[in-house]
Amino acid sequence: MKTTLLRVKVVINSEAKEWTIAPGDLLLDVLRREGYFGVKRGCETGECGACTVLVNGRAINSCLLFAAQADGCDLLTIEGVAKDDTLDPIQEIFLDHGAVQCGYCTPGMILSTKALLARNSDPTEAEVCDALAGNYCRCTGFRKPIEAVLAAAAARRANGGKKSPRAAKVKSR
Amino acid sequence: MSHDYNVVGKRVTKVDGVKLVTGRPAFTDDIAVPGMLYGKILPSPHAHARIKRIDTSKARALPGVHAVLTYKDVPRVPHTTAGQAWPEPSPYDTYLLDSKVRFVGDRVAAVAAETRAQAEEALRLIEVEYEVLPLVLDMEHAMDAGAPMIHDEPDSTGIFDAQHNLAAYIHQEIGNVEQGFREADMIFEREYRTPRQQHCSIEPHVTITWLDSDNRLVIRSSTQVPYHARRQVAMILQIPVQRVHVIKPRIGGGFGGKQEMLLEDICGALTLATRRPVKIEFTREEEFYMSRSRHPQILRIKMGVMHDGTIVANHLKVLATTGAYGSHSSTVQGSTGSKVLPLYRTAHMKFECHVVYTNTPVAGAFRGYGCPQGFFAQESLVDEIAHELGMDPLEFRQRNFIQLGDIDDLAAQLGEGKKGLPRTIRSCGLPECVERGAAAADWERKRKAPQDVSSHIRRGIGVACSMQGSGIAGIDWASALLKMNEDGSFNLQVGASDLGTGSDTVLAQIAAETLGVSLDKFIVYSADTDFTPFDVGAYASSTTIISGGAVKKAAENVREQILRVASRMLETPVENLTCRDNQVVTKCECQKSVSMTDLALHAMYKEKTQIIGHASHFNTDSPPPFCVQFAEVEVDTETGRIRVPHLVTAVDLGVAINPMQAEGQAEGAVLQSLGYALAEEMQLDERGRMINAGFADYKIFTSKDMPKLTTILVETEEPLGPYGAKAIAEIPINAPAPAVANAIFHAIGVRFRKLPIRPEEVLRALREKEKHEEETSDEPAGVGAAIPRATPRH
Repeated sequence: MKTTLLRVKVVINSEAKEWTIAPGDLLLDVLRREGYFGVKRGCETGECGACTVLVNGRAINSCLLFAAQADGCDLLTIEGVAKDDTLDPIQEIFLDHGAVQCGYCTPGMILSTKALLARNSDPTEAEVCDALAGNYCRCTGFRKPIEAVLAAAAARRANGGKKSPRAAKVKSR
Repeated sequence: MSHDYNVVGKRVTKVDGVKLVTGRPAFTDDIAVPGMLYGKILPSPHAHARIKRIDTSKARALPGVHAVLTYKDVPRVPHTTAGQAWPEPSPYDTYLLDSKVRFVGDRVAAVAAETRAQAEEALRLIEVEYEVLPLVLDMEHAMDAGAPMIHDEPDSTGIFDAQHNLAAYIHQEIGNVEQGFREADMIFEREYRTPRQQHCSIEPHVTITWLDSDNRLVIRSSTQVPYHARRQVAMILQIPVQRVHVIKPRIGGGFGGKQEMLLEDICGALTLATRRPVKIEFTREEEFYMSRSRHPQILRIKMGVMHDGTIVANHLKVLATTGAYGSHSSTVQGSTGSKVLPLYRTAHMKFECHVVYTNTPVAGAFRGYGCPQGFFAQESLVDEIAHELGMDPLEFRQRNFIQLGDIDDLAAQLGEGKKGLPRTIRSCGLPECVERGAAAADWERKRKAPQDVSSHIRRGIGVACSMQGSGIAGIDWASALLKMNEDGSFNLQVGASDLGTGSDTVLAQIAAETLGVSLDKFIVYSADTDFTPFDVGAYASSTTIISGGAVKKAAENVREQILRVASRMLETPVENLTCRDNQVVTKCECQKSVSMTDLALHAMYKEKTQIIGHASHFNTDSPPPFCVQFAEVEVDTETGRIRVPHLVTAVDLGVAINPMQAEGQAEGAVLQSLGYALAEEMQLDERGRMINAGFADYKIFTSKDMPKLTTILVETEEPLGPYGAKAIAEIPINAPAPAVANAIFHAIGVRFRKLPIRPEEVLRALREKEKHEEETSDEPAGVGAAIPRATPRH
């Protein structure tokens, strides 16, 4: 049986891309095939959140979305969060708070955080827990990620939504 | 600790942190290998069967399929998958592929195909005729007369008694427990049960293999034990160790599950068969039932105590199952005795253990390594005894704690599969853990707080204590290589396998402190059997103390070389020099100095010398870290739901090389232990099939389930550790579960002796308790196991 291939157009990490895909391809698989390795495979059943990406600003498990459904969408993966060598304040604060251990769930957590802070600049701890509930982590016990998200929210408010001064620092390693 | 360190003891960020937060390709599967095939393993649908006929012709004929392997195609080499130092103490009872399958999920065949879909289709086309054999799933019946013999093959070795499905048997005694029980005022005996828990690393096991241009087998794998994997794969595939190159990239969590040579052999076999790169990656479902788990145990513990609360005899009998293969069977269970009983001083201690085969998923190493089971039993029992004696449970424990200067002889009796070495307590922060932990938990007040009887919520607080080890005495060893570059930076190359624990950072901190250099000057590489020197790998809480010891020695060696060069450059004796702030400076008032950069350039291009050092390290003792943990619970008497609002961990880890990372280790361990206490259990049906092999049905704790965590690092100075460090990775996983069970008893007066404690069991127990209280006196009810009453001796 010959499969009809599809062309999808997306804007990913602010770049316009066109991909040739099969109708059944999952967004997770296409993203990894296209070199977005920061999108992690953890369960492929929409539970663990390791494959979280932002689709039009919403945190989505890319293992639950057909790549075809992303046609015309604006996508953000972890690769698009830092600007060249300048970390996003959320990334910086995750490191400073020890919120990263093995780092496998980290891209998903950071993207969920971005989505949360875009819609809620002053989340309560309970709201942070809700936002991260779909990002399973077996290393940190969540204490430090939760503190990091609250700190990132506070830093964002203090800077009127702009980047924190710390984030201007370039890290090369 | 009031140390004057510059890098050690600081909350520095991870040296590998930036690549992790930016999602750069750093993990095993984050590479595109040209021509890579997809490997898949055909799992056995039967718990116990012989392969009568296997026909792979249709699968082989499928377009895109490059290899189909069965037991007929591969060497038959008995081995263990346990990633342990040679010679491994686990039985050699496992085969690359076999004509017999021993659990649902056992390997039947393996395929390699162009695409994942083709590989999956090929599996469906393999025709297998099985002779289904009688099975034994229940560990309590594994040794019964007439029970099916799981390892009837003649060529396995190291099995204690294959005829009776006994993988391992342990029997050790200090003093004479019978005499101790005769002397005791009271004797308490109880039985406790612990479940089969899965590691649930968010990154499942994944291995990619290929042949390099020298025809060597390269294995890129999510492993905690690259060197053991190299040795084992070479033996199993019957190729020289020299032909195997194992690379451990960043690892997405392991927790012991990756202290196992699990996919490297079969993936390598497919590469040898196809001469193509091959990847095998477990799905989440496969990860649950085809990888490894914590050993389930039934623990019967008997303690003799005096009226004043002194423990005079402690006897622990364990029945455990290792599943279908004996990976880590004797050593995990040995730790249930050797690392648990000595927490309380008594002249008479006895540990007996049967580890049986069953036709169930294979158990293996899992953070805590036998101790979570043992401490659930021991810490529950001491709580029961304190209650019976009317003593505060903390006071009862403190009366019996092991103390500074004590020599633990059980460690000498129970080594890693052989006689061990006695353990001397050279640092012990237990009293401070009790004091600071109790204050943070508000123990005194909450213990006495009256229940609000108008509410359906009952509150309680419980405590439990534990110890662990720091590496395996006399066995674990590590080495490190440190090379100075012409710009004053250093390559730190270690076989120690950072699997997300932060050990690369801790090891760099140790090197930086020793060399007087800032942390950003280090390029850390771990681990690679071609490019980093030997290390047993990341397990047994050994990396900080053992690998860190090697790094410190290597750095001291490099420091000497640096000072000799500086001495020539500055024309002053070595004794007058010291390293600090990325330079070498004179101690005298002349205040001469040379920067590390200038020194390195001088050494390389003027003196034509490579400054490079390496060192090996091992300890003959395993200093225990100690931990006291307090759990608060709220039991909803209408729904049975248990909520843990606050959990306090006070842990003596020696000196914390990186306090932020150490706290993170403790907090993650607590998450896994709370799951163990309240939710996690691999459930099998009557045919041995796992029925909850996915995150929808196997509940792990998420951000919404976690309590407020208070983590207190109680620092002591351990003479055997680099900069006084001991260990942190495992110990905080031991006591949260018994602390929760003890808190539940405090809240509702019901003793749960079986984990996990689920809402339905809480409700059932509450109903039974009500019934019991209507019928009889005020004796607290218990569930989960037979409950012999305390026996007064006088």
